[in-house]
Amino acid sequence: MEKMALRERSIAELENMMLELEHRIEDLENASLKGESEHGAELQYLREEQEKIQKEIFSKLTPYDIVKLARHPLRPLSTDYIGFIVEDFVELHGDKRFGDDKAMVCGLGKIDQEKVLIVGHRKGKSTKDRIACNFGMPNPEGYRKALLKMKLAEKFHLPIITLIDTPGANPDIGAEERGQAHAIAESIYEMCQLRTPIINIVIGEGGSGGALGIGIGDKFAILEYAYYSVISPEGCAAILWKNGEKAPVAAKSLQLTAKDLLNLGIVDEVIPEPLGAAHKDPGKTAETMKSYLLKYLHQLKTIPTDTLIENRYNRYRNIGKYLEI
Amino acid sequence: MVFFRKKKDMPNGLWISCDGCKNLVYKKTVEESLSVCPECDYHFRIFSRDRLKLLLDEDSFEEYWPDMTPCNPLNFFDRMSYPERVSADRQKSGLKEAAIVGKGSINGYETMIGITDPAFIMGSMGSVVGEKITRITEKAMEQQLPLVIISGSGGGARMQEGIFSLMQMAKTSAAIAKFQKAGGLYISILTDPSLGGVMASFASLADITIAEPKALIGFAGPRVIQETIKRTLPGNFQRAEFLLEHGFLDMIVHRKNMKNEISRLIEYLHVSQ
Ligand SMILES: [Zn+2]
Repeated sequence: MEKMALRERSIAELENMMLELEHRIEDLENASLKGESEHGAELQYLREEQEKIQKEIFSKLTPYDIVKLARHPLRPLSTDYIGFIVEDFVELHGDKRFGDDKAMVCGLGKIDQEKVLIVGHRKGKSTKDRIACNFGMPNPEGYRKALLKMKLAEKFHLPIITLIDTPGANPDIGAEERGQAHAIAESIYEMCQLRTPIINIVIGEGGSGGALGIGIGDKFAILEYAYYSVISPEGCAAILWKNGEKAPVAAKSLQLTAKDLLNLGIVDEVIPEPLGAAHKDPGKTAETMKSYLLKYLHQLKTIPTDTLIENRYNRYRNIGKYLEI
Repeated sequence: MVFFRKKKDMPNGLWISCDGCKNLVYKKTVEESLSVCPECDYHFRIFSRDRLKLLLDEDSFEEYWPDMTPCNPLNFFDRMSYPERVSADRQKSGLKEAAIVGKGSINGYETMIGITDPAFIMGSMGSVVGEKITRITEKAMEQQLPLVIISGSGGGARMQEGIFSLMQMAKTSAAIAKFQKAGGLYISILTDPSLGGVMASFASLADITIAEPKALIGFAGPRVIQETIKRTLPGNFQRAEFLLEHGFLDMIVHRKNMKNEISRLIEYLHVSQ
């Protein structure tokens, strides 16, 4: 058993091994702290083992495991990345029509010297926050607020960065009364025409139309353990398999992981996450994301606006697989 | 002419149950009145080809790209493979795909037309529907003709095409935006049901939005909402009348008047350059 290669073990077995190692490391560290004994060499060995197992776990992740990572309660949120990356953030509230949807965060900020508008889904940290943010599921006023601020950015020639992280747009009575479909459609429509560079990054959940509502742009990247899908794996399983338990199969079938989306030609780049995913080192993830953002900002700045809009049109115009016999 | 789902057919096929008023109505009477319930004016779902006959001048329709066919880019297999599902729905509906597009005239006005049909995989938008809607929009722009799109889509997105399906929302919206910016007139007709990705893209982006009476229209399906909020939904929730009341429709038009209303709007709004 001991000699069994890591790659032959299941994720559950590997996770148990990780736990055992963690306990062993803790014990040794405590012993060292108390000055009872020195375990430098052993500790180093155990930490290396731990890293090997972590790598093995991550090489074995199924698409549904990745969906769960994207929804991990500790996963960094748009507001975390804004905190790490953006200086001098000025939050702008309200759609000036109905209300201020907390599930959408908008504001001006600087990334190094670059002035930008940031728009993102907001999930909230504490339980209270999460409820106030409706778990990142915007209402129509969220999309209308985002669009209003994006028009502001267009007027004053600021590039726009959108951080996508939503299970989907809010499905409820009020949202329908206030035109959820219309709000999303209008946002997509206007984003296609906005005369300023737009960068979209999926940082967690890319939930269908609710994600696309702030998901049109000139550069499209996704974090390594985020997903983007036309429907949640659970919803898809319930409809097509008539069985919600088939969500893992649906997740695989939908090809919703970052790697899948790169292979399908939908995203431009996958932004790597630290070993163990973004929540293991939010600062490092933010640093990586920042370097990608700066690269895109510099690239997009050199493109004349008319060309930018034409390229953006063609980007979506050419997506689709069909045959003409 | 009426498209009845099997389970609602009465045994002898002479009477049908109306979705609007739940009454049993004489099938022949319904058929003779454009598939509208004589008791409550409920507009039964009809096939897209029949709809085109009602809207367009006789023999004026020229279909474009009729042979466009879906691929299976994800090798999707749920309880059956995607190609099997496509063949099954082709058999059932007599349609090659969920959208038919082409050129026709409405009381003499040449118009680019698109229509999606819930009889084919719920009228969902995959790559073929997205491409056809986009091309007909581009054609309307090229030839400076009005664009009329009649939507009927229960699911919105073609799940079997995954992300390609979602991206058709972007593609069609981008095309509509370009067309409208160039001064084109776009009229959207919403029929029962118009939901999801179709509603959150091209179907919602018209200069004039018209619905048939009592048509179910919205973003999330009523069942999803019901399951999420665990409350009974209001009586006319997501029906055309509800949307009119909340300001999302220009008008509700009875099937028998649809053709004349559309031509009247074209006469008012279409400016040929
Ligand atoms: Zn009736």
